[in-house]
Amino acid sequence: MISREQRTPFSEWWWTVDKLLLAAIIVLMLGGVILSLAASPPVATRIGLDPFHFFNRHVLFLLPSFIVLIAVSFLSPRQIRRSALIVFAISIALIVATLLLGPEVKGSRRWITILGLNIQASESAKPAFVVLAAWLFSESARRPEMPATSMAVTLLIMLVSLLVMEPDFGQTMLILMVWGAVFFIAGMRIVWVMGLAGLAAGGLFAAYLFVPHVAGRIKRFMNPASGDTYQVDTAMEAFSNGGWFGLGPGEGIAKRSLPDSHTDFVFAVGAEEFGIILCLALLLLFAFIVIRTLSRAYSSEDLFSRFAASGLAILFGIQAAINMAVNLQLIPAKGMTLPFISYGGSSMISLAYGVGMMLALTRLRPRVEMESIGDATAAPTYA
Amino acid sequence: MSIQPNSKPKPTEPWRQRLIRGLLYGRDVDRAVKARARVGFAMLAFGAIYAVIGFRLVTIAVVGDTHSGRRAAAQDAVATARPDIVDRNGEVLATDVKTPSLFAEPRRIVDKDEAIELLTATLPDLDTGEVRDRLMSKKGFVWLKREITPLQQREIRKLGVPGVGFLRENKRVYPSGPAVSHLIGLVNIDNQGIAGIEKWLDTNGLADLHRAGFASDRLQKPVELAVDLRVEHALRDELMKAKEKYSAKAASGLVSNVRTGEIVAMVSLPDFDPNNPREAHDPDRINRLTTGVYEMGSTFKTLTLAMALDSGKANLNTLYDARGALHFGKFAIHDTHNLGRAITLTEVFTYSSNIGAARVALAQGVEAHKAFLKKVGQMDRLRTELPESAAPIVPKRWSELNTITISFGHGIAVAPLQAVMGINAMVNGGYLIPPTFLKRTEQEALEIGKRVVRKDTSDKIRYLMRLNAEIGTAKSAEVIAKGYYIGGKTGTAEKVVGGRYSKKQVLNSFTAILPADNPQFQVLVMLDEPKALPETHGFITSGWNAVPAGGKVIARIAPLLGIEPRFDLPPSDRLILAASKVTQ
Repeated sequence: MISREQRTPFSEWWWTVDKLLLAAIIVLMLGGVILSLAASPPVATRIGLDPFHFFNRHVLFLLPSFIVLIAVSFLSPRQIRRSALIVFAISIALIVATLLLGPEVKGSRRWITILGLNIQASESAKPAFVVLAAWLFSESARRPEMPATSMAVTLLIMLVSLLVMEPDFGQTMLILMVWGAVFFIAGMRIVWVMGLAGLAAGGLFAAYLFVPHVAGRIKRFMNPASGDTYQVDTAMEAFSNGGWFGLGPGEGIAKRSLPDSHTDFVFAVGAEEFGIILCLALLLLFAFIVIRTLSRAYSSEDLFSRFAASGLAILFGIQAAINMAVNLQLIPAKGMTLPFISYGGSSMISLAYGVGMMLALTRLRPRVEMESIGDATAAPTYA
Repeated sequence: MSIQPNSKPKPTEPWRQRLIRGLLYGRDVDRAVKARARVGFAMLAFGAIYAVIGFRLVTIAVVGDTHSGRRAAAQDAVATARPDIVDRNGEVLATDVKTPSLFAEPRRIVDKDEAIELLTATLPDLDTGEVRDRLMSKKGFVWLKREITPLQQREIRKLGVPGVGFLRENKRVYPSGPAVSHLIGLVNIDNQGIAGIEKWLDTNGLADLHRAGFASDRLQKPVELAVDLRVEHALRDELMKAKEKYSAKAASGLVSNVRTGEIVAMVSLPDFDPNNPREAHDPDRINRLTTGVYEMGSTFKTLTLAMALDSGKANLNTLYDARGALHFGKFAIHDTHNLGRAITLTEVFTYSSNIGAARVALAQGVEAHKAFLKKVGQMDRLRTELPESAAPIVPKRWSELNTITISFGHGIAVAPLQAVMGINAMVNGGYLIPPTFLKRTEQEALEIGKRVVRKDTSDKIRYLMRLNAEIGTAKSAEVIAKGYYIGGKTGTAEKVVGGRYSKKQVLNSFTAILPADNPQFQVLVMLDEPKALPETHGFITSGWNAVPAGGKVIARIAPLLGIEPRFDLPPSDRLILAASKVTQ
């Protein structure tokens, strides 16, 4: 099959890539197909489309996503940095364009149509941003004379201010959390960790005070009687309806009344039809992907690879955790998709891009090669 | 701020950045090692977060079904099973029938408009607006229509509307319809008793049983009542005829076992059909025997005379002045048949003399009169199994004038059932036995019975009542119900209209005992505002309407009650009085 005798790019990839991780991702993508089949037809029917509209598009996006995933996993860390820079620049440009040209939907501008494709540019900005931040933090450790940390802060402020202008609080929160996490891993002092945590709490409190819909959601979470908790109630009902083994494919009913059954609440819909067993399997899959990547990052010698891989894993992991926690009424409702399971074309390609980078950064590399990646003059770490 | 020059490891780093770096990351730290530790920490954190989510999932799966919990709550509202109610011979008076009820779970209905359209088309008596309100609500469970027919159920099934379903409910059915209406009461849509014996069942443990979930179908023993459905039917039939004949506003009747206090039949017309609860709320259809209180009129003379006889201060031959009207202050008491002479106590009864009764009572005194009425249960609210009861209206200040009027049954209003209890005690040997709607043996009755008059007083009252049928106001009943040796007392109470006693509007009653020599049953017949007929020669007093009606009732029910007719019996003075003297 793939021989070790000849060194081809593919054989090299094959022997170094984390095949378990890759397998887990592929299983997750296939799971997404099955759940899309369960969750999306009622939504499509409801808005007057062909029942399989969303499903077809889901499958349609799967192939390019997979290609992106594999292609990106071939890249070397240096190529990843460069590609991330390019992707980030394009994404920023698209977000700006969205803000200027995009249509306003439900009070925010998040989507722009290019060549007949609806694109949410903030999706692709996320993984690229994480990689860039990781790079800057690793540079700050390696080359103290560069103002890398300040650049990372600048980068954050730029992206966050654009996201707030959309406005998209979910993505903003996610970006802030992941950026903080990468900064934390990069060695930030505990004092600052506390400070940032305090700042986050303060920010949340400010949002509670000044942003009515945030306040509403938190109030409803604290006291379900204070408002309409229809979606989360229906979701919870779906879980208990399903029980351990579910009602069986197509037997679910929550999907008929949940407006976001194919995106934000796909987890609940899956639970109703396929049971809590499936949910636990999905949960284990996510946990495996995140922890596996983190453990690879843990053993990685290269600072950039370590930071970037952890950052991407955290991005992936937090997003999944928030979605599942909202479905299970553990935290206040927050629109967040479940990676690879929820419907969403541009988000799937961005996810594939991010996970592809995860695969690339967790590939086993000989120390020689790794050192040649970085600047030849790069000294061992400071301090 | 001072920077130690010799601690600067590399000259290429500007001091300001070094400061920031030191502040941010700490000085002299191996960041690679630190980073590794923190990646480890991140792994633990994620492990913890996912564990929490997993735990939540498992909890939900284990606790399972809040859905079935909700269904159980709905089940709770579903009409629960009630025991059958049977009469004393085992005839079914009330039973449960299983019927389907239509409910909806609005959240599960996909197309609500379609559902509303289809359902209202199938069940035309559903109100579209109401169905819409119910289906549009966010509730998990709403009733659409209780107790539908199997045919309707089949049709709705065929519609294939998702989110609607049927629950088997117990619907209460009363096969004898209005015959036992006031007695048995009725239930609401949830099969909870809201009146009569049905309500009594609920307050006496059935509701608790339901809450505990033990009231399942056939485990419950039927409840046996004292009522005899045959007697009930006969009584109701005769009362309906009498009510129509005399164009009375209302008619009521009661048959009571004098020795046990059991109520064998009770009818109050107009009544209602417990199968059609809407009728029951009409105020005209109250139970006049327990819920209404009335001035009983001359029937009360029985109590007055019993009091005098029992006191020992008077006997059957004691004379009372009845020559002219009895004047008291500005009031004057007259008699219908003024004899213009002194009359004996016996004549007071047979001629139903108001003046005589008043003098009898006055001779006993106000306090003794009050005490006696209290003793025979006419002053306090009478409570039976029926939740519906009314307190008697008793004068607040009781003067001699009150004693005078009350002696012949005016100025005190009691529930007729209460009067029946009092008269029972006068004829059954002197025991006051609380009436009951449940079966009771004589033994049990004696245990709870309270002696209120001596036996010979009771004998004399029986003699007086029998004499009344032989020569007094109850003669017409004796003619109709010959052979049953009845005794009786009539009552014609003038009703208060516009603050005055009316001569035209009267409440007539006839209290009969049978047989008078050894009473087993008391029959009470009451007619509210009977009208004069040609055959009554314009009279509206009790002897012309309530008494013949009572006679017909007795003629019909005596065979059912197992009383054999006896002919050629000696008159009362020989049969009753003589027997009484022998036993003494």
